[in-house]
Amino acid sequence: MVKPGFRTFSFYNKLIFLFCLSPLIYLIIRTLSGNLSANPIEDLTHSSGWWALTTLVITLVVTPLKIIFKKPQILFFRRTLGLFSFFYASIHFVTWIALEQFFDWEAMVLDVLDRPFITLGVIAFVLMIPLAATSPYQIRKKIGNNVWKKIHRLIYFAVLIAVLHFLWLVKKDLTEPFIFLFIVLMLLGFRVFMWCTKFFPKDQ
Amino acid sequence: MSYKTKLSSRDVTPKTLWDRRKTLKLAPWVLFQGLFFLPKLTEARDTVGKKLKSLKDKLFSTTEPLTAYSKATSYNNYYEFGTDKSDPKKYAYQLEIEPWVVRVEGHVSQPKDFTMNELLTLAPMEERVYRLRCVEGWSMVIPWIGYSLSELLRRVAPTKDARYVEFTTVYRPDQMPGQRKPILDWPYTEGLRLDEAMNPLTLLSFGMYGSFSPNQNGAPVRVIVPWKYGFKSAKSIVSIRLTEKEPQTTWVKASPKEYGFYSNVNPSVNHPRWSQARERRIGEFRKRDTLLFNGYGDQVAKLYEGMNLEKYF
Repeated sequence: MVKPGFRTFSFYNKLIFLFCLSPLIYLIIRTLSGNLSANPIEDLTHSSGWWALTTLVITLVVTPLKIIFKKPQILFFRRTLGLFSFFYASIHFVTWIALEQFFDWEAMVLDVLDRPFITLGVIAFVLMIPLAATSPYQIRKKIGNNVWKKIHRLIYFAVLIAVLHFLWLVKKDLTEPFIFLFIVLMLLGFRVFMWCTKFFPKDQ
Repeated sequence: MSYKTKLSSRDVTPKTLWDRRKTLKLAPWVLFQGLFFLPKLTEARDTVGKKLKSLKDKLFSTTEPLTAYSKATSYNNYYEFGTDKSDPKKYAYQLEIEPWVVRVEGHVSQPKDFTMNELLTLAPMEERVYRLRCVEGWSMVIPWIGYSLSELLRRVAPTKDARYVEFTTVYRPDQMPGQRKPILDWPYTEGLRLDEAMNPLTLLSFGMYGSFSPNQNGAPVRVIVPWKYGFKSAKSIVSIRLTEKEPQTTWVKASPKEYGFYSNVNPSVNHPRWSQARERRIGEFRKRDTLLFNGYGDQVAKLYEGMNLEKYF
């Protein structure tokens, strides 16, 4: 299935891989060189959460780019970005379990039930699990493209819930989460627009 | 490209090229070292202020290990300089703290504008090691320098109408970048009930760790109310007003459901969005249990006898 231009796209994919990996490398450097803040666990929680959301949002940019530039190879990047988002979300989630709650399951259940922003965070993460699980090509082949596409529409809910999770936890100054919300609404709006043009095609 | 099977001396790589290659091989190592070294360089050096002499207090001070100076001065909530906790250290140098006057007014017999010199010599300086608990769920142990706020209040003689004390932080958007944004309703105001303000624990503070406080910690003068969440301890104060009615405070105005006038540290009254049962002491790995009144119940519990602490949170 090597298509023309595949090699260049594979090169760009490597670049995207490095870009996605850079926050982790930066975090490791800051840790080793003692440049984390006075509250390193908070640093870890915040930066992993921020990058999980950012890479998730960038994942949503891929399809519009493919449509605009009419280059299906661009879709190749979607998997890298999406999996990295799941990777950072996992770090975020594990940090919460291990370093915030110290495996105190009772406290965690109470937190999930009592605190809406934590509830939303957990929901967003759970929604991402089937996407990550069905990302290998073999599985995609097995379940068929249509089912796969349906499953992967969960990203729309995951990203919206993740932004709400961010919006809800900020103590004051909601500028940043609102910027995220704006971008996400634009990206989802693009989908809505595309569906509308599909269902109501122009007269030919 | 095809391979030569027979190589002659002409095919030998010139030594200069080979040497250059060795240098190139060093590059990642240099880069790697640089990555460790650069952040150290860019990290603002910890400027320790001028020494401020004081007597060590034994009565109220905790013997718990102190939070490192570098942490207490680089991880701050001081929204006037920005909402990120690293912002205050970055931008606080812009605030000019000389000259400085604190106006004490309202229901007092002798209202007065105090200069810094007057304030610094008003009462003997004490070093008090207090726990500080932030409403966000972290805590520190800090050796503050100052004297009980009651020393100042007694000198201005509150009248019988004085029931509350309102503190106002300086408003200088040109020197405080955060004040140029409508993050909070500037200027920042906080308040205490008069009996809380007169409690000997409540400190009027000028220094920490043996020196004058750096700007990011509220220089030149602030209050410290150790049994309440940190935001109650107003920084860089320019006005102390004694009032009859409960003053409106900044965080109550910003979110009345989340922040109350009292804001006493209380593990069983949660913030609507997060639990207050535990806290992370800065520098420690595991969280510890939060204490009622931040562990100062012996001194202050009597102030709230018969009060429903869940209602008056």
